[in-house]
Amino acid sequence: MTQWRPPLPLVGAWLGLLALLALTVTLAYVPLGTGNSVVALSIGTIKAGLVAAIFMELRHRSGLTLIFAGAGLFWLGILLWLGLMDFMTRT
Amino acid sequence: MSEKNYLTTDYTLKSWFLTTDHKRIAILYFASLIFFFFIGGAAATAIRIELATPQADLVSSDIYNRLFTMHGIIMVWFFLIPSIPNTLGNFIVPLMIGARDLAFPRLNLMSWYIFMLGGCTTLFAIFAGGVDTGWTFYTPFSTLYSNSYVIVAAAGVFIAGFSSILTGLNFIVTIHRLRAPGLTWYRLPLFLWSLYATSVILVLATPVLAITLILIATERFFGVGIFDPRIGGDPLLFQHLFWFYSHPAVYIMILPGMGVINELVSCYSRKQVFGYKFVAWASLAIAAVGFLVWGHHMFVSGQSLVASLVFSFMSFIVAVPSAIKVFNWTATLHKGSIHFDAPMLYALAFIGLFTIGGLTGLFLACLAFDVHATDTYFVVAHFHYIMVGGMVTAYFGGLHYWWPKMTGRHYSEYWARTAAVLIFFGFNLTFFPQFILGAEGMPRRYHVYPPEFQVWNVLSSGGAAILAVAYLMPLLYLGYSAFFGARASANPWNATGLEWQTSSPPPEFNFTTQPVVTRAPYQYNGDFQAEPQNA
Repeated sequence: MTQWRPPLPLVGAWLGLLALLALTVTLAYVPLGTGNSVVALSIGTIKAGLVAAIFMELRHRSGLTLIFAGAGLFWLGILLWLGLMDFMTRT
Repeated sequence: MSEKNYLTTDYTLKSWFLTTDHKRIAILYFASLIFFFFIGGAAATAIRIELATPQADLVSSDIYNRLFTMHGIIMVWFFLIPSIPNTLGNFIVPLMIGARDLAFPRLNLMSWYIFMLGGCTTLFAIFAGGVDTGWTFYTPFSTLYSNSYVIVAAAGVFIAGFSSILTGLNFIVTIHRLRAPGLTWYRLPLFLWSLYATSVILVLATPVLAITLILIATERFFGVGIFDPRIGGDPLLFQHLFWFYSHPAVYIMILPGMGVINELVSCYSRKQVFGYKFVAWASLAIAAVGFLVWGHHMFVSGQSLVASLVFSFMSFIVAVPSAIKVFNWTATLHKGSIHFDAPMLYALAFIGLFTIGGLTGLFLACLAFDVHATDTYFVVAHFHYIMVGGMVTAYFGGLHYWWPKMTGRHYSEYWARTAAVLIFFGFNLTFFPQFILGAEGMPRRYHVYPPEFQVWNVLSSGGAAILAVAYLMPLLYLGYSAFFGARASANPWNATGLEWQTSSPPPEFNFTTQPVVTRAPYQYNGDFQAEPQNA
């Protein structure tokens, strides 16, 4: 029986996510004004990209799978865009 | 004829509860949904009895809050959303595409178990003490003030959401991968186009609801500031997230209904569906645009005027593909050889009721009118016209249409037509007065009201009594026919579609030989000859 080892890309992605989480928490305490939201969303986007590419294995996929995954991200973008539009224009 | 069918292959309980046959799983869903429908209906009955008089005669305000919450939660999540996809869809999709089963039969069975787990969890919350937040679980009431079983009920809905996601996934893969030879996308029956669009919404939107419910629990249990402004949260964030799922959920309910109506209108007017490609793509357009309009539920919530204007504009756009469908059904009926069998009566009822519901939706999409009508009975009437008048009517129509296929038996056409007419009459008597009540300013969710509103409320409650009887009737005559009805042939309506090419009820693996499709759907030539029914 071969010895099972956790795949290195998964471990790397997990560590990367933890690092990005630590960065998010740290930067939340740095007063950047509206920059806080920009930074948090940017890091969130990188984290989502990591999960999609590595854990969901989208980097090895093509065709219909990518279309569906892209549609998911597109709808998420709409949710964020229209949600933020309210937040940023509220009086 | 002694050939075994899916109902007679095995009679043990184990063979039902561990089945991976999509047809048996559809029957399991069917039985479960009847159960939930009558629980939700009982709550509605209590509400309408209470509202027959202006005073609080029957229940206290506290119990009333729990009653309408129970009605909403059960009906939305445990009847309206799963009804057509999980019963008719589960049964018909593989038959319609000429497949032996869905792509993931075990996942299908698991979906039912997850659904039942979610349903039972929610029922526990309701019967252990009830929930008084309304089916929307709006914060901060649900996170801060309500002492009811919010978390347990939300957990039930959360669990049931996974069932929706898995079913949607199963349908998408099945429709992509298991179509019979020759069954190209433009030869697919429109019911499948609508279920495909529905499945895309299920997969994309349901996770947002799941996350939102987890966030409620997180704030309630751990005091993390998500929705509570005192600890850095934003109460409107909940409404954004909630309606991002729950507005498309309306299309999860109505799109499969529209799909059923395509089959019925075409079959009972013996004509090809007018503008097939427009109707097919209108389903996908509704699914897509339906994601952009959630903010019309929030016009008076305090969201920005810019957001309200954008959402108002986009809400008008979603009417376009919906109108395409209604116009195309009407054009299909034009000069058709129309047969007023029970399924067709339901289809015609659907077209009328959905049109009224849709047009009043335009009223509510209009910012200025919505401010006046928000939280009044106008809104209640509007969404009941869509979700009950539209979706439930389509469900009943589809159920009657495919009943001979599901059971191998005919129901009593006389009683079926009577029930269809009574449902249409009872429905309108129940909900049309509510438009007037709403326009006059009667707020929803109140169990007492000024006496001048009583006349319309009495009419509404009277209509509800008729509706209740009419909803019980199919239970009786369909139940009777399942055991004693006249035997149905493979194709009792002389309809097109692969599902009619196998015996009624179908054998365990649907087709004895792989069907091949060589022509477009709905190739009718006016040759209707329904089989004789037992009266």
